[in-house]
Amino acid sequence: MPDKEKMNIVEAVNAALEDEMENDEDVIAYGEDVGEDGGVFRATKGLQEKFGEERCFSSPLAESGIAGTAIGMSLYGFRPVVEMQFSGFSYLAFHQIKEHAARFRIRSRGDYNVPLTVRAPYGGGINALEHHQESPEAFFAHAEGLHVVIPSTPQDTYSLLRKSIQMDDPVVFLEPKKTYRAFKEEVDGDKEVDLEEARIVQEGTDVTLIAWGAMVPVAEDAADEIDASVEIVDPRTIYPTDFDTIIESVEKTGRAMVLHEAPKSAGFGAEIATRIQENAILSMEAPVERVTSPDVPYPLYTLEDFYMPNKERAVNGLERVLDF
Amino acid sequence: MSCIMVRNDVYSGSIQKIEVMGTEDEEALDADDEELSELYRQMMIARKFDEKAFSLQRRGEISTYAPHKGQEAAQIGAMYALGEDDWMVPSFRETAAFIARGAPLDKIFQRWMGDANGQKNLSELNTLPVAVPVGTQNLHAAGIGMAMQNRGDEKAVLGFTGDGSTSQGDFHESLNFSGVYSAHSVFFVQNNQYAISLPREKQTKSETIAQKAIAYGIDGVQVDGNDILAVIKAVEEALEKARKGNPVLIEALTYRLEDHTTSDDSTRYREDEEVEEWKEKDPLKRFREYLEKNDIWTDELEEFEEKAEEKVDEAAQKAIDADDPEFDELFDYVYDELPELLQDEKKQLKKEVNE
Repeated sequence: MPDKEKMNIVEAVNAALEDEMENDEDVIAYGEDVGEDGGVFRATKGLQEKFGEERCFSSPLAESGIAGTAIGMSLYGFRPVVEMQFSGFSYLAFHQIKEHAARFRIRSRGDYNVPLTVRAPYGGGINALEHHQESPEAFFAHAEGLHVVIPSTPQDTYSLLRKSIQMDDPVVFLEPKKTYRAFKEEVDGDKEVDLEEARIVQEGTDVTLIAWGAMVPVAEDAADEIDASVEIVDPRTIYPTDFDTIIESVEKTGRAMVLHEAPKSAGFGAEIATRIQENAILSMEAPVERVTSPDVPYPLYTLEDFYMPNKERAVNGLERVLDF
Repeated sequence: MSCIMVRNDVYSGSIQKIEVMGTEDEEALDADDEELSELYRQMMIARKFDEKAFSLQRRGEISTYAPHKGQEAAQIGAMYALGEDDWMVPSFRETAAFIARGAPLDKIFQRWMGDANGQKNLSELNTLPVAVPVGTQNLHAAGIGMAMQNRGDEKAVLGFTGDGSTSQGDFHESLNFSGVYSAHSVFFVQNNQYAISLPREKQTKSETIAQKAIAYGIDGVQVDGNDILAVIKAVEEALEKARKGNPVLIEALTYRLEDHTTSDDSTRYREDEEVEEWKEKDPLKRFREYLEKNDIWTDELEEFEEKAEEKVDEAAQKAIDADDPEFDELFDYVYDELPELLQDEKKQLKKEVNE
């Protein structure tokens, strides 16, 4: 990649894959329509042309098969990056990811690694069909042994995907498809971002707003709208979580709100709220506020504007936590 | 409506069964007397291991054990055919295969005694650790076979699975991926007639399990799984094909002479007469008869039963005497580097368990 190229999130996925495939010939990419077609979102565009069918190919339509064979290829020495076409279909691969990818090292007492990256576009708000809008981060966060990464900017996408591929652990890399092409920024190919390191999106003093993926721009819009100083924290790695950065921020602001697309109950916001009260209760002026989707299945798209948290709901939530 | 419909055969397939003992092929096997004797010894050790594990379970040294009694020929024959550079992917009932592959007996006991350290260092044997979820391991065998094809390595991988697993989606996805990518994979189904209580005929309407290969465009073959010579022949042929990118599904017809596990009571779902019939086809019994008939049987083999018992007893004792893993090991190997979050959790838990 040329130095500091302007790109959007999906282009950053593509650039990270290309550079990592260039960097390490054990890196291979496959999944449904990933080869000639370049993936339904074009995340793997041009990779087959550049690296050949051996290293980038379309697979049969079977998510468990994709994940399970990628585990086998990992055990033999490859570093596969496989695509789940939509995260709503990743549940078919859930068993392979949770029970095998995440367990091989411990099962073999360090003898075998599964350096596998499972990529999946996730999240709603794009008028898609049923099962094309899910936010499954909490399921994967509960599957001990995985890293669950969600970038929100092109730079983080690029740097975190490269890091994920280089790791010897399995990583579930969820890409916010609503903001795949929402904006471009300069991406520095040399910039490294470690996993488990939250990003302070903007500093503030009155309230801490925790958001990830496509909810980060919503958080920024809400922060602009409200007459208060909002500190926005993007965990970037959902699990293992950098709670230190979050707690440090709450200790400063005394108030916190979590904003996520997944349903409320047992969403990852519940874990964040708990950790905040476990560690920062003496600094807190208000209970942790959660603005999330409701505990109902993701609707067909005529109802999705009611379902997905938006700027107005985020502003209302911030007002509640500020006025408590 | 009256019209003549044109119907042509567009595909037809058939499945062959391989048998050696008692056929004219009996002597065609390329193995010398000592190799055959060694196979018998391994089968005897595996049999004694099974018996010992049972008694250790009754004594509370092992919590649950899945016996392989009756399946020694299938497992040990397959491992005899498998080369050192080839890979083995077990399911959970492959103790006899682990023995034949060279895993130390005491380590195998240690794992059954609840310590994962018993399956450390299996990579030296190109062998994966035991993985329980039925049928799902086949995808790892498919992936390893794909990797071999991708790298251009003339090796193969043999994955063990059972009749029950053939109902799982992962089994079918494994055959499909292997076919599409010319994986160097051999899927070895030990059809032991039962998936816990469900008999083979209620698992699938297919007349054979081997014929499922046909649907995926790969080779399928059935073998008498209690005839170790036939198993060796079938697996050798399959591996040769697989090393060249032609995956194979083998169905080894065998029988689980014991319960599913030590927690099961098979008298609830099968008749004694059936078990008795299969006892007549016990693979050790048949192989002994073969060795006797061909003048390979010796006093040494006759006395080996006792020796096997001693070996197994010694290994079991070693496993019993082995130190239990320490607290710290609970967190070892979950991640390549223990994340801060887990470091904190570990500290906290350590404090709590010591309080």
